[in-house]
Amino acid sequence: MIPSLLGISVILFTVLAMAPGDPFDELATNPAIPPEVRQAIRASFGMDDPIYIRYLRWLAAMLKGDWGFSFASRVNVDVLIMQRLPATLFVIGSSQILALLVALPVGVISATRPYSIFDQIATTFSFVGFSLPTFFTGLLFILVFSITLDWLPFVYRDIHETGWRWYWGHLRQSIMPICVLGLFQGASWTRYVRSSVLDVIRLDYVTTARAKGLPERAVITKHVVRTALIPVVTLVALSMPAVFGGAIVTEQIFRVPGIGSLLIDAIIKNDTPVIMAVTFVFSCLVIFFNLVADILYGWLDPRISYR
Amino acid sequence: MKEKELRGLIEDVKQGKLSRRAFVSHMVALGLTAPLAQQMLTYSGVAQAAAPSQYKPTKRGGGGALKVLWWQGATLLNPHFANGTKDQEGSRIFYEALAGWDPDGNLVPFLAASIPSLEDGTLARDGKSVTWKLKQGVKWHDGTPFTADDVIFNWEYSRDPATATVTSEAYKSIQVEKIDNFTVKVVFEKPTPFWADAFVGTRGMIIPKHLFKDYSGAKSREAPTNLKPVGTGPYKFAEFKPGDLVRGVINTDYHMENRPYFDSIEMKGGGDAISAARAVLQTGEYDYAWNMQVEDEILKRLEATGKGVTTITPGGNVEFISMNQTDPYTEVDGERSSLKTKHPSFSDPAVRKAMALLVDRKAVEDNIYGRTGVATANFLNNPERFRSKTTTYEFNIDKANKLLDDAGWARGSDGIRAKGGVKLKYLYQTSTNAPRQKNQAIVKAACQKAGIDIEIKSVVATVFFSSDVANPDTFPKFYADMQMYTTTMTQPDPEVFMGQFISSEAASKENKWLGRNAVRIRDQEYDNLFRAAQGELDPVKRAGMFIKMNEILVNTPYIIPVVYRPRVGVAVNKLHTSISGWDNDLWNLRDWYKDA
Repeated sequence: MIPSLLGISVILFTVLAMAPGDPFDELATNPAIPPEVRQAIRASFGMDDPIYIRYLRWLAAMLKGDWGFSFASRVNVDVLIMQRLPATLFVIGSSQILALLVALPVGVISATRPYSIFDQIATTFSFVGFSLPTFFTGLLFILVFSITLDWLPFVYRDIHETGWRWYWGHLRQSIMPICVLGLFQGASWTRYVRSSVLDVIRLDYVTTARAKGLPERAVITKHVVRTALIPVVTLVALSMPAVFGGAIVTEQIFRVPGIGSLLIDAIIKNDTPVIMAVTFVFSCLVIFFNLVADILYGWLDPRISYR
Repeated sequence: MKEKELRGLIEDVKQGKLSRRAFVSHMVALGLTAPLAQQMLTYSGVAQAAAPSQYKPTKRGGGGALKVLWWQGATLLNPHFANGTKDQEGSRIFYEALAGWDPDGNLVPFLAASIPSLEDGTLARDGKSVTWKLKQGVKWHDGTPFTADDVIFNWEYSRDPATATVTSEAYKSIQVEKIDNFTVKVVFEKPTPFWADAFVGTRGMIIPKHLFKDYSGAKSREAPTNLKPVGTGPYKFAEFKPGDLVRGVINTDYHMENRPYFDSIEMKGGGDAISAARAVLQTGEYDYAWNMQVEDEILKRLEATGKGVTTITPGGNVEFISMNQTDPYTEVDGERSSLKTKHPSFSDPAVRKAMALLVDRKAVEDNIYGRTGVATANFLNNPERFRSKTTTYEFNIDKANKLLDDAGWARGSDGIRAKGGVKLKYLYQTSTNAPRQKNQAIVKAACQKAGIDIEIKSVVATVFFSSDVANPDTFPKFYADMQMYTTTMTQPDPEVFMGQFISSEAASKENKWLGRNAVRIRDQEYDNLFRAAQGELDPVKRAGMFIKMNEILVNTPYIIPVVYRPRVGVAVNKLHTSISGWDNDLWNLRDWYKDA
């Protein structure tokens, strides 16, 4: 894990250092700011040193828990990330819960009654759902619910009311981003749940359970779904990074002040310390979710154990 | 109009025979701008009447929340470190300058008690000093009184090389003396006609000494107040998330009566310009959105819903095409476009003139920019007092063909003109941006008809505008024949703006391509005029010099102005904004209000 993080950091740093552009290019077209000023700022941030010195300095600071500071805002990067993380976790977390709430029941029902009307409709919708990219559905939602119907706001902002108004305000502004992400994810998961359940439901032990006279409900929930979920869990855990990736675009469309929009801003401004830190956080999240998947396996399938 | 007649008119105003307004409109009719006319009067000792305030509310507060959308959010709130206008705007909610610039380019006092003038002696006749009287009774948001010490501190803070401020240019070559607690004197090294740079407008925001005094120089980044500004402005700091949100609440101790109107202000960042326009014009979620880099057609369509309007404020920004004066294809001492070379074909004035005739500016305005980019013959467009009245532009392929024929550039078998082995084949570069690519296409099509072959190139903006010495595609390197971009004019005085074409600013390897003169113009007459204007105290003569400089640029021509770009914002119908093209959008935030 540590070597892989180190490797990631070296590659990122080198690529960023070699990429064109600099964080102060906005100063370049302003005739009132002489180039020497820009040079002075670059020098004061140590940006004129060779790449390897900058990398070693970054690494040494990182090991001490110092994430550095943003060139654009001069704020410590960890402060910036902590400011942005809650919104991302809230939106992504809720959308994943929504996705599971849709995918599990729909997938299971579809599999138990394959080729029924319900299954046909669910299949159609899930294909439509995961074929449309989130930036498209996002804009479509805005067009329909904000601009045409005027029901929901499309700018995600800090709510400064208290009590139920706060919850109401949050609910109204998060519905669209959560639905966009959740339905996209839910649509593809539905397909996996369905096929996974279909695989299991034909196995002999399920027939045995039915032969024992167990009620259908118990057969499905206790015997079928639990086994069928194993591959689904892997899938959910491993698709987390992709979800964060997709969330970057969604955050930008709805102006969710999350870690993804922070990353986009930083990339546009060539703000190396922030890009490094955010990608680093993403890498950590990926590794963390892999761990979660492993732990869930053990619980779902007692045959897999870690000793 | 002769100088003598002008002086006669000014005398009439002094004696009350001619009203100020009549004088100004007379001057405007003659092609001077209102601000120049005003400045002429001020200089000649005619007191400036306070601009009638349009501010209606009769009590402080009660206006609810003002919600503004800045699609590029402020990333820091110390005006001396502002990376761009977005940061200045964020800071301007809390900080004020001694004075700001109104839409006509006149000074309006904020922390100053009055605007310095010649007749009360606060403006030295030799142009070597200016005395600012400060407003008394102003308090910082934490209750500490604002005094001359704060002003002096800002000068020391900004000019300290270790602090590396972006405002240093305004402060590094002046001396500031404290006369008493509420008077400071700015002393210049040499006679300075444009005395209102330090402590004024975008570079003039004053930060409090008592909170920053321990954090200048190398420690400047550590100041807690960098993130939690304590200013004198109409709103007090409440919350800041870099790039996302700046929030302020009403300053009930604000030093002007009945102001501000709103109880709080929220500046939201992020997203893109078009959706910001939608959030104001279509859904009304926000009250105002800044810097609408949106095609005019879309703005018009959004406006049709009737919820809001586009605000267009004249300024000096101009989109122009540069014609390289040096040879981009010959390498001399490891550098292309070297000052030791001459462009093989642009060195012929006929070719440059023909090129100017081939840029269809009207079509660019009509088909691309609409209200957000107005076709122009001038590089220096505003304030109006500096705008040349004799320059014209024309789109005429026949005339261009004739010019080239007469100059001996004959069409070859491939239809491309050539003379002495030099072909009229040009590489025309700009940044990647849809309107600019359309603009390039318009020019290319016209050039084809005149036997000039244009190769179009677009460079990603982050590269094009960067100072990366290793990258050949930056605009100061100018490894192309023609290039196009917008240059901004941040002050109503054109000195800095016109200074970008003097010979000593020419970009070269020697100055690591940091010179602002990417066109590499070396024109003795231009340089002389610029030097003279720097020390010319008579505003009328000085304006004449800048007008002449503009004429050199566009008549020779070295550059081809395409459109001048006013500031474009969108506001909901009930909101009354106060925006100036010479200062930040929020320069006069205290006067913003909404109809009940």
